[in-house]
Amino acid sequence: MSVTREEVAKIASLARIRMGEDALDRMVPELNNILDWVEQLSEVDTSGVEPMTAVISNSLRLRDDVVDAIPETAGGRREDVLANAPVAEHGFFGVPKVIE
Amino acid sequence: MVSTYRIQGATGEWEVVIGLEVHAQVTSNAKLFSGASTEFGAEPNTQVSLVDAAMPGMLPVPNRECIRQAVRTGMAIEAQINKYSRFDRKNYFYADLPQGYQISQLYHPIVGEGQLLIDADEKAGIPEDKVIGIERIHIEQDAGKLMHDQHPTMSYVDLNRCGVALMEIVSRPDMTSPAEAGAYVRKLRSILRYVGSCDGNMEEGSMRADVNVSVRKVGDSELGTRTETKNVNSVRFVMQVIEHEANRQVDLIEDGGKVVQETRLFDVASGTTRSMRSKEDAHDYRYFPDPDLLPLELEDDFLADCRSSLPELPDAKRRRYETELGLTPYNARELTAEVETFARFETLLSAAALRIGKPEAEVATQVANWALSVAPGVLKSLGAEADPAHASAGAQAAILAMQDKGEISGGQAKEIYEIVLKTGRDPEEIADTEGLKQVSDTGAIETAIDDILANNQDKVEQYKGGKDKLFGFFVGQTMKAMQGKANPAVVNQILKDKLG
Repeated sequence: MSVTREEVAKIASLARIRMGEDALDRMVPELNNILDWVEQLSEVDTSGVEPMTAVISNSLRLRDDVVDAIPETAGGRREDVLANAPVAEHGFFGVPKVIE
Repeated sequence: MVSTYRIQGATGEWEVVIGLEVHAQVTSNAKLFSGASTEFGAEPNTQVSLVDAAMPGMLPVPNRECIRQAVRTGMAIEAQINKYSRFDRKNYFYADLPQGYQISQLYHPIVGEGQLLIDADEKAGIPEDKVIGIERIHIEQDAGKLMHDQHPTMSYVDLNRCGVALMEIVSRPDMTSPAEAGAYVRKLRSILRYVGSCDGNMEEGSMRADVNVSVRKVGDSELGTRTETKNVNSVRFVMQVIEHEANRQVDLIEDGGKVVQETRLFDVASGTTRSMRSKEDAHDYRYFPDPDLLPLELEDDFLADCRSSLPELPDAKRRRYETELGLTPYNARELTAEVETFARFETLLSAAALRIGKPEAEVATQVANWALSVAPGVLKSLGAEADPAHASAGAQAAILAMQDKGEISGGQAKEIYEIVLKTGRDPEEIADTEGLKQVSDTGAIETAIDDILANNQDKVEQYKGGKDKLFGFFVGQTMKAMQGKANPAVVNQILKDKLG
């Protein structure tokens, strides 16, 4: 498996990473080297082996349907939530106008 | 029987193929992966936790109730419940999505194949047994809300809705007319509200649909290219979108053009749809399993609890109303359409049966007519004068009981109910003090009838000579003499006896 220059440019753009021509020149062979390296794993016969979903055998924990039960995952902290926003007005985040 | 909805084009007849993806907000106190409240209408960003704001290092932990509601919904549409499901990341950048991805379920949804029977409607061309297939239901996070009209150069972002649990209910492309799609949304909404997994409030955005439409020549077996119109938030708009899209696509194809598979937006003001070009390249969502969340595995106990907590569902209730209560199909349908309607009806039915002292099945028709036409009519005619708080089941049952015993007439029942709604007074006390009772006392009625017969000897002769129509005259005279308060059944009986 390998990626083309166009594919790398598209992935970069989807991830909102600006990548100049120079960067692309470097990135295409680098990514292909990584892919080649990972490809070696396919030499192992994994037919009949369940995909591993976690390193430690564990089950998904669920929470009870209680509002603001734990301070760390509770609402009601607008100041904190907005603290890093470049622009916050009237309790909203302000972002460059996005409209269809 | 198949739908006869057709678009008449220049080159012949076209049929429409419709599939719907309905997003239904799960009824829960807290969000899908955090403890923040889901309450509607709060001040902006006051119901946002650090998880919802996607602060680094925060981990999602699923809300058990949201899982439970999705499973119960799946059971209500007779769907396969997947004991093993998983969460995936759907990656895209938008200002209403701080994570940069939506946690959803692409590869292993929690609910698989199910189905839903839509209500027949002869006028709209919907046959009796039209079943719409449901492909899947998966759980996912809602995004935040953007406001574009508050500032000249900025959009404002409110993340209160961000992270609220949604069920995405994906239908098969089994609908062939706007009416069928409308009936599907109505039926789905009804089931969700019966189950209690979504409040179905379309105005507040608790339910919205993505409408997939394609057209093909009648008789073609291949599907045409479809468009998807996003976020349509009423039954009427869903039907408008289909009507408009179908006609647009037919015109386009007949003019030599091609339908492009694309996302479109519905413009409520003009009733038309337009392309949402900016989303085109965003379709590459690069889904992958969310490494923050282990697979969701459901235990048998949990499933058993979900199943045993399901209420009687609309179709079953309607059948029971017809077979056990003997209601007409129309009444059964009207009474079972909405949760509030059947709840009020069943409360009143049991109160009335108790009060009257007869089995529910014997009084059901009387109660149904009262609940569907008499009571709403009185309420409507009073307008603001009525206090709906006075419309208790007890008061209404008392009125129905008096009517059942023949103590009051239908007209008197209405008059008494008017006073109840205005004042909250006791119906029996009203009947007594306001003179709103009919006379069933045979003695009084007999005396009146004897007078009338004595004063109208000629008519009595004519009646006995075969002029049957005069019976009505005697009834009318008697009612007049009794100031309209005589029990008509008693009057009829006595008159029949006396006139031989």
